[in-house]
Amino acid sequence: MTKSRTVLSGVALILLFAGVGAASLLFRSALPAISPPAPDSFDRTLVKQGEGLAQIGNCTGCHTMSGGKSFAGGLALKTPFGTIFSTNITPARETGIGAWSRAAFVRAMREGVARDGSHLYPAFPYDHFTRASDRELEALYAFLMTRPPVEQPTPANRLVWPLENRWLVAGWNLLFLREGPSNDNDRGRLLAEGLAHCGGCHTPRNKLGAEDTAHAYDGAWTDGWYAPPLNATSPAAQPWSADALFAYLHTGLSKTHAAAAGPMGGVTRQLSQAPDADVRAIATYFAGLMKDAPGARTPLAAIDRQSEIDKSDPEGAALFAGACASCHAPGAPMMQQGRPPLSWGTPLRVDSPHDTLHVIVEGLASPAGPTGPTMPAFGNDFTDRQIAQIVAYLRARFTDLPPWPDLEQAVAAVRKGVGQ
Amino acid sequence: MITLKINDTQHEVEAEPDTPLLYVLRNDLALNAAKFGCGLGQCGSCTVLVDDRPVYSCLVPISSLGTRQVRTVEGLANAEGPGVVPAAFEAEQAAQCGYCIAGMIMRAEGLLSRTITPTESELRQYMAPNLCRCGTHMRILAAVRRAAVAMGGGVKEDRP
Repeated sequence: MTKSRTVLSGVALILLFAGVGAASLLFRSALPAISPPAPDSFDRTLVKQGEGLAQIGNCTGCHTMSGGKSFAGGLALKTPFGTIFSTNITPARETGIGAWSRAAFVRAMREGVARDGSHLYPAFPYDHFTRASDRELEALYAFLMTRPPVEQPTPANRLVWPLENRWLVAGWNLLFLREGPSNDNDRGRLLAEGLAHCGGCHTPRNKLGAEDTAHAYDGAWTDGWYAPPLNATSPAAQPWSADALFAYLHTGLSKTHAAAAGPMGGVTRQLSQAPDADVRAIATYFAGLMKDAPGARTPLAAIDRQSEIDKSDPEGAALFAGACASCHAPGAPMMQQGRPPLSWGTPLRVDSPHDTLHVIVEGLASPAGPTGPTMPAFGNDFTDRQIAQIVAYLRARFTDLPPWPDLEQAVAAVRKGVGQ
Repeated sequence: MITLKINDTQHEVEAEPDTPLLYVLRNDLALNAAKFGCGLGQCGSCTVLVDDRPVYSCLVPISSLGTRQVRTVEGLANAEGPGVVPAAFEAEQAAQCGYCIAGMIMRAEGLLSRTITPTESELRQYMAPNLCRCGTHMRILAAVRRAAVAMGGGVKEDRP
């Protein structure tokens, strides 16, 4: 089905359910505006707790634009339904949430309704935030209301007709908004399903943009990047133990997997600041989900078929030797520092080459600061065909998996910033 | 034998296909402006242009160049004197030890060949991959601004 037909059928369904939805659900009441509370009216322990939760949730990942003021919004999120700009969640009175009471904030977090009664779009993962406890939402509110206010208007969204009508979201909510338990003995599951909203990127979405919970953590596309599976279908070559996952989430690098890149780079940057116990709980939860993955049951040794592939693909071999080997060849100085061999990296083992291509074309900025892993961008160095050659060589030499098809088109897509 | 097009001149070089461009420039062709710094694409002292885009020549195997044009600092000067960008670097006395400067000049060329009216943020973001250990960044930025003006454009301030 073409994208436009998908969108149209989606729109039709939304309309249908919007019709079914009761008027009281469509049009929510505004809650009274308040004067922005004084920052020192909040308990400092609560603010600190809220900061940790904001880091777990990577609020800044969407609510801060590149080079912009923290939490002032304006980041463009490209969705199949159009472009949505993240909102300003600083306590600015006019353009932020300065006039929002705690009750208005809690309603937005759990029901996706703004203070003025308008529906928020589910790009904001309020379906996950139903799992946050009252106390946690209170802490998040305290944290956000003590940030420096930044008056910065949010640009108008550019959505496909008729989605600019926010009341349509009420239909979506009827279909998909299920309140989760806000108490769970498994802290890791509570955070992963809740504030950390890991499924937002790692769970595929249906045609209406809701997470397909029957395929939770099967892997999905975000912003042109493929977020790999986090369950028994994980293609990782080495086990994701709780310790390995904690190290990855906390530093942006796993010595038996790879460095965090793309949208996950920002997530790990936030998690590096978050409370250790919470990050460890999330790591333990996902290690459990991945414990039956093939690489967890039978870890793969580092695959390197150099002698064979150098003979069959001398051009790819020359490109690798000149451009990549000074860091990635076995025995290179970087490898002596305990960096993972390419064969253990998930990007080479998933069904699509896009993550590998993104890192080659755009390079890798360390999520962990200047001492962490970095890689220069090679987008200027090579033609699409040459990058395709390099990637075909990597896949052949460092995995036991079939070649990727249509590599040159994938390079062109990655250069244009489009996925799949 | 591999043919390379460097500063509008064809060069025949006898080297393995995976040899990094930097080694051929310095060892075979005596084009010594580009410097070896880290050999890992981290410092930028080896920056040259390939079809007007900056690359780390220490990580470009010569087999990949084909008919693409390589430009180095040597290609910016002629009998009359230095090019606009090197002249601006000289006027601003942008070099301290000077090791990074050839790379800085070529990266600046790359920027100004795309636009002579970049914003200050674009300028800084574009120059950021190249490191200077002496700390002459402010003079390097001033030199690029001066070069932009000399080319009939200018850098627009866009920061609060």
